[in-house]
Amino acid sequence: MRQRTVIPFGPQHPVFPEPLQLKLHLEEERVIEAIPVLGYVHRGLEKLAEQKDFVQNVFLIERLCGICSFMHALCYCQGIESLIGLQVPDRARFLRTIWAELARLHSHHLWLGLLADALGFESLFMQVFRNREIIMDVIEATTGGRMIFCSCLIGGVRRDIPNDLLKETIARLDQAEKLLDQIAPVILAEYTVKERTANLGIVTKEQARKLGAVGPVARASGIAMDMRTLGYAAYGDLDFAPIVEEAGDCYARIVVRVKEMYQSFDLIKQAAKRMPKGEHALPIKRLLPDGETVVRVEQPRGELMYYIRANGSKKLERVRVRTPTYANIPPLLHMLTGAQLANVAAVAVLSIDPCISCVER
Amino acid sequence: MGVYRWARQRSPWIVHFNAASCNGCAIEFFTAMTPIYDTERFGIINTGNPKHADILVMTGGANHRNARVIKNIFWQMPAPKAVVAVGVCACSAGIFHDCYNMLGGVDKVIPVDVYVPGCAARPEAIIEGILRAAELLAESGGEGVGGD
Repeated sequence: MRQRTVIPFGPQHPVFPEPLQLKLHLEEERVIEAIPVLGYVHRGLEKLAEQKDFVQNVFLIERLCGICSFMHALCYCQGIESLIGLQVPDRARFLRTIWAELARLHSHHLWLGLLADALGFESLFMQVFRNREIIMDVIEATTGGRMIFCSCLIGGVRRDIPNDLLKETIARLDQAEKLLDQIAPVILAEYTVKERTANLGIVTKEQARKLGAVGPVARASGIAMDMRTLGYAAYGDLDFAPIVEEAGDCYARIVVRVKEMYQSFDLIKQAAKRMPKGEHALPIKRLLPDGETVVRVEQPRGELMYYIRANGSKKLERVRVRTPTYANIPPLLHMLTGAQLANVAAVAVLSIDPCISCVER
Repeated sequence: MGVYRWARQRSPWIVHFNAASCNGCAIEFFTAMTPIYDTERFGIINTGNPKHADILVMTGGANHRNARVIKNIFWQMPAPKAVVAVGVCACSAGIFHDCYNMLGGVDKVIPVDVYVPGCAARPEAIIEGILRAAELLAESGGEGVGGD
């Protein structure tokens, strides 16, 4: 009988910065079973959100995850706005879309950089991060922050992007898109990347449905599921279609994310072109949330869901967050079963682009 | 002393551990390693192995579960060593200080030498913090800072 060994992957691991722990049960080099061990980043944020008032919560919720902080604030604000019956001004909707897509861009750049590093393309990792800095500069110029934007508020956005700054932003993003044109073929057309990722970690369409995959993982398996098609913020006014690949392997997930980067550039340009005039925030004085609601937005990693229950006072009764990585852990465990140990870090784990601080809160 | 001081000021290797962090500081730490900020001009290299490292960069606060891991990584590092707490969460748990699962800043678990404030800390601030820690290593003259 073959001997089974258990290798802990994480919580401190060179490839993956976050404290994700997987207990990998191996038979020789093959993974027989992967058991996730969670809790290293658990802080108790949902409980804290019940102790602060609903306006302060925006700043707390942003700190749920540093990579997609804007998406969390957007989702929470949309929920509270629906509870107090507030219609956000048009300009705020478009500004929110621009920042949401900028957040998606910097998140996908980060993922591409980490993937390149894990595959052994060190200079590509550096190039991706150089390109990412252009986007970070744009974010800093428009919001004032780099990781935590604090630009989304209940009733609108904290600050406007003046038209001249918007033009400059688009020029900078054009520059970033041109640089991405040089980087993307390296990862998409390179023979070694294809050899390492194609036909690996396959999740078929049925399996993706059954396991509850969301976001790029579901879209790479042929499910056209994109919460942006719900038309929240300004997405209803922009032209786009979910990017879908059929293969369901790691390579398909890479393709989906790279195409989404181009889609984000396109969406920002569309939003800038159709940007309406007017005010960017409404006052929320003397308005208190009451009732319960469920809100969904598309994070860089997939569907983000907030459940908010309020009782007409300043403090909320319950804030429940369901993040995309949480939904993508069962597909990850499915991908890992039968994988070679060498492929675990580079290929399988990074292909779901996990965000552990989102999962554990 | 002269040779020790000279050697320790240059080329400190870093091990990074992401405790209960929101990733904001962790990503900024990675950004500090890349061409725009380029810590490698100081000889700073990010290594995955605590046994090769001189400086432990901590992002995020300590909670009940990861306290053991933080201690484990710290005690695996050879002396002299220094600890840099990056971001308000690592300094004092920040906005999460009264969460039920948080112990507080990293200094509740291991001795911290340099505190880098910010939410999230900027790459420039992180580089300055690491360089201060390298100075501490040089001044320690073989005695070792951080715990021993």
